[in-house]
Amino acid sequence: MADILRERERQVHRKGQANALPLDCEKQSVAGSVSQRACVFCGSRVVLYPIADAVHIVHGPIGCASYTWDIRGALSSGPELHRLSFSTDLHELDVVHGGEKKLYAALCELIDAHHPKAAFVYATCIVGVIGDDVEAVCKRVSLEKGIPVLPVHSEGFKGTKKDGYRAACDALLQIVGTGPTEEISPLSINILGDFNLAGETWMIRDYYARMGVQVVSCITGDGRIDEIRRAHGAALNVVQCSGSMTYLAKSMKEKYGIPFMRVSYFGVEDMSKSLYDVARHFKDKEMLKRTQGIVRTELERIIPQLAEYKKALQGKRAAIYVGGAFKAFSLVSALRHLGMTTVMVGSQTGSKEDYGELREICDEGTIIVDDSNPLELSSFLEEKDVDVFIGGVKERPIAYKLGIGFCDHNHERKEALAGFEGMLNFAREVYGSVMSPVWQLTPRKRGNSLEVVK
Amino acid sequence: MSSQPRATNRVPPPNWVSTRNPCKACAPLGAALVMRGIAGAVPFLHGSQGCATYMRRYLISHFREPMDIATSGFSEATTIFGGGANLRQGLQNVTSQYHPELIGIATTCLTETIGEDMHGLLHEYRKMKEGTPSPALVHVSTPSYTGTHIDGFHDAVRSVVEQLAEAGATPSAYVDRFLNMFPGMVSTEDLRFLKDVAKDFAVPVTLFPDYSETLDGPSMEKYEKIPEGGTTIAQLRATPSAKASLELGRTLRTKNTAASYLQEHFNVPAKRIGLPIGVHETDIFFAAMEKLTGHKTPDKYREERGRLIDAYVDGHKYLFGKRAIVFGDEDMVVGLTSLLAEIGVIPVLCASGGKSGALARSIAEVTTHVRGTVAVRDGVDFMTMAEETQMKDLKPDFLIGSSKGAKLARELRVPLIRVGFPIHDRVGGQRILHLGYRGAQQLFDLVVNTLLEVKQDSSSIGYSYL
Repeated sequence: MADILRERERQVHRKGQANALPLDCEKQSVAGSVSQRACVFCGSRVVLYPIADAVHIVHGPIGCASYTWDIRGALSSGPELHRLSFSTDLHELDVVHGGEKKLYAALCELIDAHHPKAAFVYATCIVGVIGDDVEAVCKRVSLEKGIPVLPVHSEGFKGTKKDGYRAACDALLQIVGTGPTEEISPLSINILGDFNLAGETWMIRDYYARMGVQVVSCITGDGRIDEIRRAHGAALNVVQCSGSMTYLAKSMKEKYGIPFMRVSYFGVEDMSKSLYDVARHFKDKEMLKRTQGIVRTELERIIPQLAEYKKALQGKRAAIYVGGAFKAFSLVSALRHLGMTTVMVGSQTGSKEDYGELREICDEGTIIVDDSNPLELSSFLEEKDVDVFIGGVKERPIAYKLGIGFCDHNHERKEALAGFEGMLNFAREVYGSVMSPVWQLTPRKRGNSLEVVK
Repeated sequence: MSSQPRATNRVPPPNWVSTRNPCKACAPLGAALVMRGIAGAVPFLHGSQGCATYMRRYLISHFREPMDIATSGFSEATTIFGGGANLRQGLQNVTSQYHPELIGIATTCLTETIGEDMHGLLHEYRKMKEGTPSPALVHVSTPSYTGTHIDGFHDAVRSVVEQLAEAGATPSAYVDRFLNMFPGMVSTEDLRFLKDVAKDFAVPVTLFPDYSETLDGPSMEKYEKIPEGGTTIAQLRATPSAKASLELGRTLRTKNTAASYLQEHFNVPAKRIGLPIGVHETDIFFAAMEKLTGHKTPDKYREERGRLIDAYVDGHKYLFGKRAIVFGDEDMVVGLTSLLAEIGVIPVLCASGGKSGALARSIAEVTTHVRGTVAVRDGVDFMTMAEETQMKDLKPDFLIGSSKGAKLARELRVPLIRVGFPIHDRVGGQRILHLGYRGAQQLFDLVVNTLLEVKQDSSSIGYSYL
């Protein structure tokens, strides 16, 4: 059993335990707990990162820009400005005298050199402390260069990653509503919260196109400023990764009256349901028929292959630790589809409702955890004798050190895991992790003896 | 005929204000790495939650090992009222979770800017814990707005030594007079090499930091809260009793280092040489070891040297006149440049994001035999390197440096030979041996084979024998 810090006891729950308290969550991480979370800046950077025709400039010392250079797998079909790392690289004298002049000069030179459609300026920890008026600099450059130059108030200490999402959405809201909306079909949507990792947005877009739905903007997946400007002309906002984008959807509902719905593109059931939900929203019989056709074609193609993987994976145990809890729901059901049991599930930023729902869908004894850390996670993996751990780069070495399979389901992944095809990739990846012969050599399976195994 | 390399500033690049595709990380990262090289230690960053997480991720992508870094996790209130309470809570929680022997605390840009009094805060904490068993606390000031991860690394080495050194302390394990060795930021395999050399010279050594095991450990049945290995606190306390300190890195001449501290305060003679990369620099290293220990270089190394030079001869034709861009951490760049220079490759551009002020001079020292011009750039980023390559028509045949150069190599359509730190798009980066004759052998083979591969792949005939 894990040594769980006293301050964190209420953030860990075992389904079926006698003293089932509501899970504590949405709190600042406990000092010294070695949380897997990043910070406000990270939240903003994640959301805005895939906007490929904007210059993203990190205002602060070099670290924040270094650690986020080309870090994610968000693909672009055109410009790739998002894959460059720009920083004001503040030095000691800037800290003393303020960084405004440097920011102004950096913005001007980068805009002149790269001709972006917009610029995002990420304020990091010390910017607020040294008193830079980022807003004023952005306004000035915007006037001079004739493009939106948007401050993102993402000082690392000003809350959690979720506050960073909000700061990013605030910046986006300044762009939405500034473009023309003529020629937008009444059967149209914005795709929110898909980041086009390994081209996932393109797959999703293709399903919608086949349904007869016009996609006005993907906001954050293969994102373009001109599309975002027109986003308010869409008839519906379809929100994945609800933790980051619900705020934007709600704001657009208030401001432009656009309804929104939550979807998930992971797993066969959730993917199909998403398309059906959109079709039903438009109350268009032909569209519904087309959707049924798409789902049928895709399922006929992948179900037999999934069945093969299921044979091998039946009864294997999985653990999940992801950023947003919403993704975890889909993963639990996708794993179940492969015959696997989820014995531990957690997230960095889940809400009370999220954890309530997880408790509903998980089996007895499943560990549910909020804002966990390496010592807890490793002890859960050991206790539950997990076969495959699903998480991000920071979770990977925990699994590997213990000789446990791992599947990257975070923003660094190179395999498309969304959509029908993505489910097949996911199954293939889990299968490849669980079935590798290397585990048979690990101390976990056979100790450290050099004895020759007959 | 040999010509001295000249600094080439004939076509000054435009004076960019921004840093574009950085060739450096920030200071606390280097400090956290050093703390991971102390036995039973947990690295701790005093600042925002994100710093620890980003640096963990960055280090994990290179070492592919668990890398726990704790943090005091600043909030808005902490930033206004000071981080004392968070620091206390953080230290207590790390103590109760990890049971460490030492917590190595590094500051960040945020805590330095708001002017946290670390001495005072830690003094208070120690007083509060008086009488109860508590881990040793060391701290280093690493404002991210000053220097790079390499500065953070060396500052941490010095701070730890300063805070733990005790005159007269001797580790019982050492029967003979021992050496301090400060290797700089090298690979886990390099650290193992240095320990082997010390063993072969029959001299006890305090190698600091030593993350050869903590960041390159075996597969485990049970998760280790703090991985085995590292320089022990007893060893660090005894550094003033060493017969000498050997520190690696020519560019350290402009820094106040652990070795210079021990010399100044405890009269421990300090010997500074370059990273032993290539024959010349490794010869200097073994000469220093002979002098410091009074023992002759074991035959094993003479044999390695012999084989290396034989290999140089076998491969020289494939290399002569080839042009390379060398980039990365300054001392790594100096070492690699020395190796390239002695095998006939022209290092047309030696570049680093670091700015010790000693790069040009150090490069000049190791390139006296180079025919051609060596451009040296410190404090640069990758886009500046790209512009310089184009502007000066450098026509490199290959790049040698960290994974961070992958984009530049792709643009230039030349191979990138991955060495140094970080290597996050290949496996085994943490295990590359750069040092010693054997390290040079591996690098040499890698360089030659990379060029042969290009030659073979681009040939319409595709000769089977090259």
